[in-house]
Amino acid sequence: MEKNEYLELFHQMILIRLVEEQATLLYQQGKIGGFLHLYIGQEAVSTGLISSRHSQDRVITAYRDHGVAINCGIPVKIVLAELLGKVTGCSEGRGGSMHMADVGNNFWGGHAIVGAHLPIAAGMALGDRYQGRDSVTICMFGDGATNIGYFHEALNLSKVWNLSVLWVCENNLYGMGTSVERASAVSEIRQKAEGYLIPNSRVDGMDVMKVHEAAQKAIETVRSNRTPYFLEIETYRFRGHSMGDPERYRTSDEVKCWQDEEDPIGIYHKYLLDNKIVSSGELDVIEKAAEQEVQASVQFAESSPEPLAEDLYKNLYVEME
Amino acid sequence: MPRITMREAISQALWEEMERDSNVFIMGEEVGVWGGSYAVTKGFYDHFGGERVKDTPISEATIVGAAIGAALTGLRPIAELMTINFAFSAFEHIVNQAAKLHYMFAGQMVLPIVIRTVGGGGRQLAATHSQTPDVVFAHFPGLKVVSPSTPEDAKGLLKSAIRSDDPILFIESATLYQSRGEVTEGENLIPIGKSKIQRPGKDVTIVSYSKMLETSMKAADQLAQEGIDVEIVDLRTLRPLDMELVLESFKKTNRAVIVEEGWRSYGVGAEVSARIYEEAFDYVDAPIQRVAQKEVPLPYNRDLEQLALPQVEDVVKAVKEVL
Repeated sequence: MEKNEYLELFHQMILIRLVEEQATLLYQQGKIGGFLHLYIGQEAVSTGLISSRHSQDRVITAYRDHGVAINCGIPVKIVLAELLGKVTGCSEGRGGSMHMADVGNNFWGGHAIVGAHLPIAAGMALGDRYQGRDSVTICMFGDGATNIGYFHEALNLSKVWNLSVLWVCENNLYGMGTSVERASAVSEIRQKAEGYLIPNSRVDGMDVMKVHEAAQKAIETVRSNRTPYFLEIETYRFRGHSMGDPERYRTSDEVKCWQDEEDPIGIYHKYLLDNKIVSSGELDVIEKAAEQEVQASVQFAESSPEPLAEDLYKNLYVEME
Repeated sequence: MPRITMREAISQALWEEMERDSNVFIMGEEVGVWGGSYAVTKGFYDHFGGERVKDTPISEATIVGAAIGAALTGLRPIAELMTINFAFSAFEHIVNQAAKLHYMFAGQMVLPIVIRTVGGGGRQLAATHSQTPDVVFAHFPGLKVVSPSTPEDAKGLLKSAIRSDDPILFIESATLYQSRGEVTEGENLIPIGKSKIQRPGKDVTIVSYSKMLETSMKAADQLAQEGIDVEIVDLRTLRPLDMELVLESFKKTNRAVIVEEGWRSYGVGAEVSARIYEEAFDYVDAPIQRVAQKEVPLPYNRDLEQLALPQVEDVVKAVKEVL
């Protein structure tokens, strides 16, 4: 990797962290409505993963999507505008936190019904195969999604038709407040892929370099073998499932332990310095610039116009009544 | 014009559209090697090949979900659900994905999908296999729901549906597949969202669609012998619901009977009569009557099944009520 690529990974992780911290404030101020699921703690997962894709590779994810949106190239100001429900948001204020997409950047959402986007991912891979493209569809989902039927239908179909899908399970140990052990017959989620004869592996999701390397390998395996692959990424969310989570299912000591020892940004910061890839001064510059970008983006989002009442029916159909 | 069956009309529409556009393909259970469980796609697999006539596992959610995904890449999938009773297993993807994505992502995602399926009772398949839950699906904005009653309409509407960029649930009636009718030769695209007068008359308006259109026509024939001149409006599309001809007809006859195969509560009759009362109250000469399925899970026993389903006599009786 070139030096600027190392720096870019750091930049993206910092941006995600700052956006999520800002979103917390905006939510507390009542400016963000609905549900808000933060990506804090999981930044290395999508950053390492999406930095490994080619531009023709599609990304589709679940509702914890702000970080993925940023990694896929949606500007921070557009993400924040969507959180505030503004017309300048990526979904023009119709989707909110859980429904961000940017088709131009090959980011296909932001899907809020657990597991429901997995069959859609299989279909995108089918469509690309049908049209002779060598794209890989990267489909991200949580550990909780592996207990719903859509997951099993979609994995099965991907194997039966040998679709070019990279299935990515972000195992953050809890589906809402239910631990993996209490909800899944296997706690090593990748074992579920075994039943469908889908090759698989597991990687430490708190280390962006490990994720990046595993993802690169997995994506190229899918592309060259024209078969699905299953990558389980072990991670941990530092905040509640969503805002207003009483967190009775885990102790504050457990959370603190992860924050102190497994912070993906801290781990990567140390890696960059230990390997003398960059200086701490360079990282400080990136942090300062990211802070400024986020502040300017909040101003952009707050000063953006609301959607127009007369556009309530916009995009209901392509061919309107 | 040639007289062909509903099955042939639907088959022709599929065949012609697949010949016309290589982005059109079919996926579903037993659509390929078997030739379709209702023989609608017989011969397709041999002609178009397994890549365009794709047999799927028994995974309804994924049949519709994968059709959505394929559509997002620029294809025009026709997803077949063997019967509408299995559509409940794909409910999420029909009403919560297909109906939502274009709107919710601000028009970025376009879903030119047709979901073909078959509904209706009367074949002694008992409660789980005999339903007419059309209105359940028609409840959702973002989806279009089409259900033709004649071979002519089936062919023309299906061709339009395949060319449409919107997600469309196309509901056929199993007991209509053998019914015959004249079909225009060559290209005849029928616009989605337009009702049609299937029989002109002046005394009373019957509003119906799909299988019950046939039942209503038989009732109208009987009533004609008694000198009662019935006008029949075929909705053809449940969403968007075109009320123009219904209101025009009602303002002429001042009396209406709405006939549907599904259950009465919250049904097509409820919706159409409410709209007539809202938009043509001054023209009402008699309370609008609804003919619908009796509100039980449909029994297997032939006599009980027929008792529960709307019959010609029920329509005749309802018409006499409003006169």
